[in-house]
Amino acid sequence: MIFNIEYETMPREALESIQLRRLQATLSRAYAAVPFYRKQLDDAGVKPGDVRSLSDLSRLPFTAKQDLRHNYPFNMFAVPMDNVVRIHASSGTTGQPTVVGYTARDIDTWAELMARSLSAGGATRGDIIHNAFGYGLFTGGLGVHYGAEKLGASVIPVSGGNTRRQVIIMKDFGPSIMTATPSYALHLAEAADEMGVSFRDLNFRFGIFGAEPWSESMRREIEEKLHLKAVDIYGLSEVIGPGVSMECHEAQNGLHIFEDHFIPEIIDPETGQPLPWGETGELVITSITKEAFPVIRYRTRDITSLNPEPCICGRTMARMNKVSGRTDDMLIIRGVNVFPSQIESVLMEIRGVEPHYQLEVDRKDNLDVLTVRVEISDSAFSDEVKELQRLSETIRNNIKETLGVSASVKLAEPKTIARSEGKAARVIDRRKL
Amino acid sequence: MQAQQISIFLENKAGRLSEVTGILSDAGVNIRALSLADTSDFGVLRLIVDDNEKAESALKQGGFTVKTTPVVAALVNDRPGGLHGILDLLTRNGINVEYMYAFVQQSGDNAVMIFRFDKIDEAARILSENGAEIIDGDRLYAM
Repeated sequence: MIFNIEYETMPREALESIQLRRLQATLSRAYAAVPFYRKQLDDAGVKPGDVRSLSDLSRLPFTAKQDLRHNYPFNMFAVPMDNVVRIHASSGTTGQPTVVGYTARDIDTWAELMARSLSAGGATRGDIIHNAFGYGLFTGGLGVHYGAEKLGASVIPVSGGNTRRQVIIMKDFGPSIMTATPSYALHLAEAADEMGVSFRDLNFRFGIFGAEPWSESMRREIEEKLHLKAVDIYGLSEVIGPGVSMECHEAQNGLHIFEDHFIPEIIDPETGQPLPWGETGELVITSITKEAFPVIRYRTRDITSLNPEPCICGRTMARMNKVSGRTDDMLIIRGVNVFPSQIESVLMEIRGVEPHYQLEVDRKDNLDVLTVRVEISDSAFSDEVKELQRLSETIRNNIKETLGVSASVKLAEPKTIARSEGKAARVIDRRKL
Repeated sequence: MQAQQISIFLENKAGRLSEVTGILSDAGVNIRALSLADTSDFGVLRLIVDDNEKAESALKQGGFTVKTTPVVAALVNDRPGGLHGILDLLTRNGINVEYMYAFVQQSGDNAVMIFRFDKIDEAARILSENGAEIIDGDRLYAM
């Protein structure tokens, strides 16, 4: 079901004229209210009035995560605190947290975008949504929550953690939609299995997963283990939270970006040059309706490509492909670019390997050494050492063949690789450069 | 004709083996025979115990990867050439021994050997047809 037919199926020409008008308004407000943006534009010699077409967007300077940190906590806000009704913050795992604010209208916009997203993911008013995204400073929990209420569905604000209780709730309340990080969804599957609960007997139809990159093979694994159709949601707190783009369950092929609120671009992460539609690079987003925290050409560091082809679901909004990695997730091993998601895809093609893995990088005698720790499943375990060695040899060869990089493979006991309730920690880089 | 062996996957980490023995001790399971195969990264511990079900469920509960494997326990004359006679017989009949280890206890004048074969039924048949005594699971666990 399409939640907002008027906007989500708008012809591109009409959409672009709305985008331009909203972009111009956003620029004027940001220039007037945020010293950082005023200085950025002044330094680049551009005035808000110089932007007369959408192609002028590329004349504006980028905004980086670092810029948000330098303006910690509230210096990027474009409205007085009187008008801010909500504050969220990133976890700060990679440095100082970034803090974002919302006006009442921003919260309403976000709820609308999340209602659109949940609808695209198969939810209707009649559904019960098991929302296992964390509630709190993280935008996942409350983002889904407000969207679910806007849609008119019933939301269980179960949040992350207390996994055994979650399994009981899934069994007793019969939710039909799950929202969670993909790694936590698999964690729930394991916990249910241990408690003797089969997802086959549960009521789930769709699962909406996001907040960390996940591969197509992980999607198949989740669909098989959780007996539901898995769709991808994308967002980041700096832009608004979840609901920047959303895959439709009909196509399961790319995430529709809500272009009446955000203008996406793809750039070459090295040179900053915009790339044409279809090419892979870093996603850059400009918000065009946000009041409290507008972002202009924000570098998401997510690697993807854009696809303007019409979709079978009827939406005209351009699709971004599944995020294949992050510019800051990328490992360079002996000169070869390696994304954890590529290793994941290799692992998932091999029978008997669990999608729980960790990459360890060390430097020995000036050489990068990549070790892949991967959990062995009950079905792959053999009492014969040579069978186990054959399994790790297969993993090693497939990684070498697909990625062109040598790795040593360590089979690990089940559940020894840490599962966080939010994002999985996939990489331990011990190189001291 | 067959006996069951418990096989356990172990990462090479200090203290893992004693965790296994601790779990079995708490569960009141007696280890009758064991063998440990190891590589630089991991090991496989193989056990004959007096109560397979109890051992398997306690170890699974403890988070270990466990499976049961069918093996053959055979009596071997405890004299020079005793084991050779059996291995020679198997080789002549095209049976591979994947691995084997000795039982702790003797049975009269005989040693008890545990064999893991690629073709277990055929191996057991050849052994008994040629006069080797095979010990079934129930008798083995209670020895």
